[in-house]
Amino acid sequence: MARESNAIQFKKQPPHFVVAEERFGTRLKKDLIKYRGLYLLFIPILIYYVVFHYLPMYGLIISFKDFSPATGILGSQWVGLKHFKSFLTSPYFGRVFKNTINISFWSLAAGFPAPIILALLINEVREIRYKKLVQTVSYIPHFISLVVIVGMLKTFTADGGFLNNILTAMHITTGEDMLNVKEYFVPLYVISGVWQNVGWGTIIYLAALSSISQELYEAAEIDGAGRWQQTIRITLPSLMPTIVMLLVLQIGSLMNVGYEKIILMYNALTYETADVISSFVYRKGLLEAGYSYSSAVGLFNSVINFFLLIAANYISKKCGESAIW
Amino acid sequence: MKTSIQRRLFLVGNNLFLLLLMITMIYPMIYVVFASFSDSYELMRHTGLLMWPLKANVQAYLKVLQNKDIFTGYLNTIFIVVVGTGINMIMSIMAAFFFSHQGMMLKKPLMLIVVFTMYFSGGMIPNYLLIKGLGLLDSLWSLLLPGAVGTYNMIILKRGFESLPASLEESAMLDGASYITVMLRIAIPLSLSTIAVIILYYAVGHWNSWFNASIYLKTRAKFPLQLILREILISNDTSSMDTAVSYEEKAVVSETIKYAIIVVSTVPILCIYPFLQKYFIQGVMTGAVKE
Repeated sequence: MARESNAIQFKKQPPHFVVAEERFGTRLKKDLIKYRGLYLLFIPILIYYVVFHYLPMYGLIISFKDFSPATGILGSQWVGLKHFKSFLTSPYFGRVFKNTINISFWSLAAGFPAPIILALLINEVREIRYKKLVQTVSYIPHFISLVVIVGMLKTFTADGGFLNNILTAMHITTGEDMLNVKEYFVPLYVISGVWQNVGWGTIIYLAALSSISQELYEAAEIDGAGRWQQTIRITLPSLMPTIVMLLVLQIGSLMNVGYEKIILMYNALTYETADVISSFVYRKGLLEAGYSYSSAVGLFNSVINFFLLIAANYISKKCGESAIW
Repeated sequence: MKTSIQRRLFLVGNNLFLLLLMITMIYPMIYVVFASFSDSYELMRHTGLLMWPLKANVQAYLKVLQNKDIFTGYLNTIFIVVVGTGINMIMSIMAAFFFSHQGMMLKKPLMLIVVFTMYFSGGMIPNYLLIKGLGLLDSLWSLLLPGAVGTYNMIILKRGFESLPASLEESAMLDGASYITVMLRIAIPLSLSTIAVIILYYAVGHWNSWFNASIYLKTRAKFPLQLILREILISNDTSSMDTAVSYEEKAVVSETIKYAIIVVSTVPILCIYPFLQKYFIQGVMTGAVKE
């Protein structure tokens, strides 16, 4: 924490031995008075976090109750783990769990290396203006809203859409609306995701590339290393810390699939491959009003997420790189 | 040093590959623009890529302009972006300013309370019940309040405040300035570039969001643009859009209307964005800065 030293500092705390003599309550009171201007600023923030983050966490107790809006959260009957059992033994569990892992895995497998490769290729471009152009153009899809992306995808892959036309002419598809075919869901989800984010993902790698010392390359050249050798022996090792950090963080959010896009893309014909835990929660809870059951399913997912994130953050810190916070 | 033939071949191949990549990145938008200016019947009969509008006309745009939903959607979204981002910034700056200071006994526990929400949340259903319980259903407040502080953005702002020289604040406080004065007169003016980045992040978030609106809002007149777009582009509901009589005619016209709607809702953003690009990039970098 090198930053701490030049951070804004206030009057030093009283010497330790004085502090020790005072009772905790007295110390707290003095602290609250001394920094009252700051604490006052923080009151609305605290209220916000309590109301909009901690009240919903408290609301999770409905996962262990039979909640109905008529009786309210407190008045509802406790039922223990009934909803968890009913989810874990239902045929849906296997399906949504498998789909969640499957979609995450392919998104990661395709979406993670893509920006690294693209950044390496962009880095090879000698003409500065062409390089800038490629960068600017590749960022464009990132600025299109998800609704529009999925809207375009749907129109292009529908019967008569231009992508569908081309793929049918190549005998890859049979001409029906591609978003209605369950086998196409994951490829469409993953490819459109890569298309939208690959350019944007290069930013961080290009920055890391530009910070590699040119002397390393010059020395390698004198030693007779070719361009390919230089990439393998200098460029990739220099990128490694960035790569590891981002990979660990992405694995940490493995169970956290972008459900908004799935809800936009899927339909009853593709639930078998498309339905993930969060979209299942959405349907059961908000569309069918099964509050307790879906809240239990959501809690199940959140708990797994929590431990994955903690582990990812821990590993990323161990690797000597910055954590989420 | 002379470049080898191999190397030159690679460079040419690489440039060509990147050119192709640029085309795949930008062609879908170009197709949408061409299709939106095309004649509906011609477009239906056409297969494959479009290199130019077919029998160019602005029929679809006239239909879109007549549509009230798009217009109110735009207005609602602008309201949400402006007011929502305003609330975000006030709250985030206050929180970041608090956390950028040292010495408060409660700083650590409060930080823990805040950071914990990055790891764990009540989730969709309890959030919905909360909004319902607060009586915010079908109110635009349901879109403005729940995400008032983005914890990640707040932490980026905090880092910005921490990097300011401490002496500025100390001397201002000696002159009798209060914390609020220091925040408004010193911390904010000196962190404007970070603040600009965070404003953009929040604004884009509000512009793109549709999910909360779809579960919290009932009244059509309050729908943001993205929700209207979802209805037309994804739920395939163009009934509100056209006045055509026959079913067949409807099906045909709705196709070009969709493209025109994409243009109307997306192209303004794509035109502004190259000018703001450097702030977005700065944002990516600020977020990645190592401690």
